[in-house]
Amino acid sequence: MSPYEDLIIDHWRNPRNKGTLADPDVDVTEANVPCGDVLRLQLKVRDGTVQDVRFNGRGCAISMASASLLTEMVKGKKLDELREMREEELLEALGGVIKPRLSCALLSYRTLKKALEALGVHARRASS
Amino acid sequence: MRTVRTDFPILDQRINGRSLVYLDSAATSQKPRQVIEAVARFYRETNANVHRGLYGLSVGATELYEGARKKVAAFIGVDPEEVIFTRGTTESLNALSYSLGEAWVGPGDEILVTVMEHHANLVPWQELAKRKGAVLQAVGITPEGELDLEDFRRKLSPRTRIVAVTHVSNVLGTVNPISEIAEMAHEVGAKVVVDAAQAVPHMSVRVKEQGCDFLAFSGHKMLAPTGIGVLWGRKELLEEIPPFLTGGEMIREVWIDRATWNDPPYKFEAGTPPVAQAVGLGAAVEYLEGLGMEEVRRHEEELVAKVLEGLLARDYVDVYGPRDPARRGGVVAFNLKGIHPHDVATLLDQEGIAIRAGHHCAQPLHRLLGIAASCRVSVYVYNTPDDIEAFLAALDRVWEALGG
Ligand SMILES: Cc1ncc(COP(=O)(O)O)c(C=O)c1O
Repeated sequence: MSPYEDLIIDHWRNPRNKGTLADPDVDVTEANVPCGDVLRLQLKVRDGTVQDVRFNGRGCAISMASASLLTEMVKGKKLDELREMREEELLEALGGVIKPRLSCALLSYRTLKKALEALGVHARRASS
Repeated sequence: MRTVRTDFPILDQRINGRSLVYLDSAATSQKPRQVIEAVARFYRETNANVHRGLYGLSVGATELYEGARKKVAAFIGVDPEEVIFTRGTTESLNALSYSLGEAWVGPGDEILVTVMEHHANLVPWQELAKRKGAVLQAVGITPEGELDLEDFRRKLSPRTRIVAVTHVSNVLGTVNPISEIAEMAHEVGAKVVVDAAQAVPHMSVRVKEQGCDFLAFSGHKMLAPTGIGVLWGRKELLEEIPPFLTGGEMIREVWIDRATWNDPPYKFEAGTPPVAQAVGLGAAVEYLEGLGMEEVRRHEEELVAKVLEGLLARDYVDVYGPRDPARRGGVVAFNLKGIHPHDVATLLDQEGIAIRAGHHCAQPLHRLLGIAASCRVSVYVYNTPDDIEAFLAALDRVWEALGG
């Protein structure tokens, strides 16, 4: 496994859903303090479904590619489905992530969970 | 220094099919078999507690422990009674901030540090300032990454009680002029504390000639085990300041309501010390003396020159710190334009090249440089020009993969 699969390079160079929303329903920011990575995530929700999503931030290729990929996975999904989403699903979608970089890859996941909590959507069971 | 590499068994291993190129010795050094063997031999043949037993083993352990102290003292040109064994630089500086701070700093007094300090030589002084109501100030750097001596002079005052400064920056690589700093500090009556964690392993440090008052370093950065370090202090000051840790070993007489202290250095070594680690440090000092510290320095200067030359020739690289290898220790920090240092380190790791990426426990300095983090290459006795070439070639491949 290479830590920088084409998919990661592609999402890093050509980020999807990057920018800001005019009137998001939720707007949260998370950071990986030790490496200085910062991620802002905004969701627009209609009828319990993510209608639109944007991210912005700065950080390493893995954290930014992961955020870009996550926005694709999130768009059009029901909040109930997102609540059940496990971090492994994101890691698999990224093509696997080497251990020292897990926290980079999961910054976007943690930010999503924070957004869901802000929306009052709480996980039914703790993610593993 | 061709033959040195074979003394380090860990460097035999292969990472992803390539031989390991270890360029993170500023974080911790690798250990030669002479040190590994000295520690193993201690546990096989001499292990006992020190300064206590009346039996042969304990006498032998004590002799080895005190022998290590003598070797370390001779290595830096001081008296053995002034060499306190600690767990490392961090512990040395923290303990000193309490002991010296208690005796020497009061409300309104000033403590002067620099912006290039490792957190270990910054935060303990912040805490002391808080405890005592003292004022902490920091000396800046010049655009070249050297200590701003004008700023230093300006910030010194008759109220300055402690000047805490790193001998060699673990990020910029800058070698600070300790003698000059000590002279200026002593003029206002301040005590000078030197963080020599990146100096003692890499160059001949004659402590007494530098004129500082206290000095700290770690064994693990100079071929010795973790868990052993040194705090050196002038004898008359060690007699004056109180101990930080109290308990066994460091006392003379104890009553139920009071106690008197042993002489330095024992006064500052409460509890069972890291004996095997001290023995390992003694062996490391012997090993370095065998190489000759002048030769170690010459070797590193040559490697650092090669690193600098290679990095400065690549226009996709930003280099931090002085350009002249003669003014630097064994570290070089840099960034690839627009690329996070962690990505650089991960890709180099794929090629078996170990470098450090992050803020290197120097956040204020990184903030000053306007960066969140940096890559850092650091060299030691076992590195070769081939290591540097492998690193530079791999860096080009990182740039090809991520940059442009
Ligand atoms: C300049 C400097 N000071 C202090 C330290 C702390 O050393 P230790 O972690 O061994 O206590 C280090 C090493 O990390 C350093 O480079």
